[in-house]
Amino acid sequence: MDRRLALPAFAGAALVIALAASAPWLKFVFTIALAKGLAVTGILLLLRAGQVSFGHALYIAVGAYTVAFTRPHVGEMLLLLPLAAAAGTIVGLAVGLFVARYRDIFFGMLNLAFSMVFYSLLEKLYEYTKGTDGIRVARPTIAGMALERVDYEWTMLIGGIALALALGWLASRFLASPLGQALPAIKTRETRLEFAGISAKRVLLVAYVISAALAGLGGGIIACTTLHVTPLLSYWTHSGELVFIAILGGGGSVLGPYLGAIVYELVRVYAAAAFPDGWQMILGAVLLLIILFAARGLWGIYEDLVLRKGRRA
Amino acid sequence: MTAPLLSAKGLKIAFGGVKAADGIDLDIAPGEFVAIIGPNGAGKTTFINMTTGYLRPQAGHIHFDGAEITGLPPRSIVRRGIARSFQIPQLFTEHTVIENVALKVAAHGRFWRGLRPLLDAETATTAMRLLEQFGLADVATARATELNEGTRKLTDIAMAMALKPRVLLMDEPTSGVASSEKFGIMDTLVAALRAEGVTAVFVEHDMEVVERYADRVAVWSQGKILAAGPPATVLADPAVLREVIGVETKHAHA
Ligand SMILES: Nc1ncnc2c1ncn2[C@@H]1O[C@H](COP(=O)(O)OP(=O)(O)O)[C@@H](O)[C@H]1O
Ligand SMILES: [Mg+2]
Repeated sequence: MDRRLALPAFAGAALVIALAASAPWLKFVFTIALAKGLAVTGILLLLRAGQVSFGHALYIAVGAYTVAFTRPHVGEMLLLLPLAAAAGTIVGLAVGLFVARYRDIFFGMLNLAFSMVFYSLLEKLYEYTKGTDGIRVARPTIAGMALERVDYEWTMLIGGIALALALGWLASRFLASPLGQALPAIKTRETRLEFAGISAKRVLLVAYVISAALAGLGGGIIACTTLHVTPLLSYWTHSGELVFIAILGGGGSVLGPYLGAIVYELVRVYAAAAFPDGWQMILGAVLLLIILFAARGLWGIYEDLVLRKGRRA
Repeated sequence: MTAPLLSAKGLKIAFGGVKAADGIDLDIAPGEFVAIIGPNGAGKTTFINMTTGYLRPQAGHIHFDGAEITGLPPRSIVRRGIARSFQIPQLFTEHTVIENVALKVAAHGRFWRGLRPLLDAETATTAMRLLEQFGLADVATARATELNEGTRKLTDIAMAMALKPRVLLMDEPTSGVASSEKFGIMDTLVAALRAEGVTAVFVEHDMEVVERYADRVAVWSQGKILAAGPPATVLADPAVLREVIGVETKHAHA
């Protein structure tokens, strides 16, 4: 992450911690938001290549159920989360080998199809998944410590922030690398990449597997935070939510996904409390305004307000 | 005569009823500059497309450096040392000029280099040297969408040269370029190619350019080669004049 990003990243992290200290239930909201931010970072990589996945909730569910299934045998979060990311990676590779050959609407819909197949499997295989009831997850230890609820939630939040910072930095490095720079080249001139001896399919596959790993990790964090997983995690509306957050946050920066996710979760929670029947309409209106008036998302607004002005001064 | 570097034998391809290649035989010697001329729709671009793996010929064989490359995908052909530029420049429009070239430099070198940035010192230096060679240093940080046609053509060719090819196939390098600029661009281009010892094939509509820069010219007509030889001889052939130059004059007025 270059210096332009380091300042807002650390300031944002401090703000999140301060807010979380002011209202106890915000720790939970922010941890979920950061977990979704991880998955949305993956969506952003694919968006750079011009591809929109409407099925990435699949990998959130894969990560979450990996935690739920292994929790009875593995009690340690520092093992559970890598397992969730690894499961996301493996499923992402298997699905990616197939979908990385497709573009645009076909890419989007195939992802949707895979996620819905997984959703119905989770629902139908009651013997293993307990169907729509879902599976309760016992609170794991963190680095060997069995923490009480408040400490556990704080550790999850701080850990989530640390992960977001570290992976945000890695993602920005990735985007500047030849591989990351080849992603927009897939969007603009895929054949020219082939005429350079580069397989566009392989480039997209790498981005896809990374996105699946990030979503798997996010799903693992969600399972460890909500302590309850249900098939709904992989439902298509949740895939749409990830794309929504990506557009809300803006694709111009690796911080966009986290900014988008935090604002999204806050609006969702507050709007749902204030207008139980109308909050989806509010989200819809917000998305409409963003698309019409701020195509670069919240991060774009931040850039216009802070960075541009700063440079001129 | 030395063994040809690039050799096409009996290439055929048809689209519906249109025979875009109808038995193309062409040998290109190492170091040669061969111009391809002929009316629009004669199959000149199709020849480049077949040679670079974008189209698979329905019959015939293409050999490069003694090995058969017929029907190989573009990726493996380019790795063997055949690069191309395009009639309509194919730039990465979300990137700057230097990034466009650097992507190609990286593609030829260490593309899978993990998290090291695309424009690391080594790649940036190589890309910048190419830009200087092509007189593009001034527009290095311009976005590909901001360039005029001549600059886009040169960028497109510099991208192909970044792959360090042994053969470069150029599709109309001077079309769309102001006629006052065409010799300047060709001088730059030919100097760069000669400096790297690159063998070149270029499709060209401008007979002055052909006479000045081609060692040999091949005349395309309806998927066939009508004549081939030194420009002075071929361009004096009445049949060629009728087929090509006649059409060309019409173009010049259009
Ligand atoms: N991919 C294709 N599909 C269908 N027809 C094509 C295709 N490529 C070329 N053609 C046709 O083949 C003929 C030769 O085209 P082309 O090689 O582009 O001509 P030139 O470059 O000499 O102007 C034209 O009639 C063109 O319409
Ligand atoms: Mg053509």
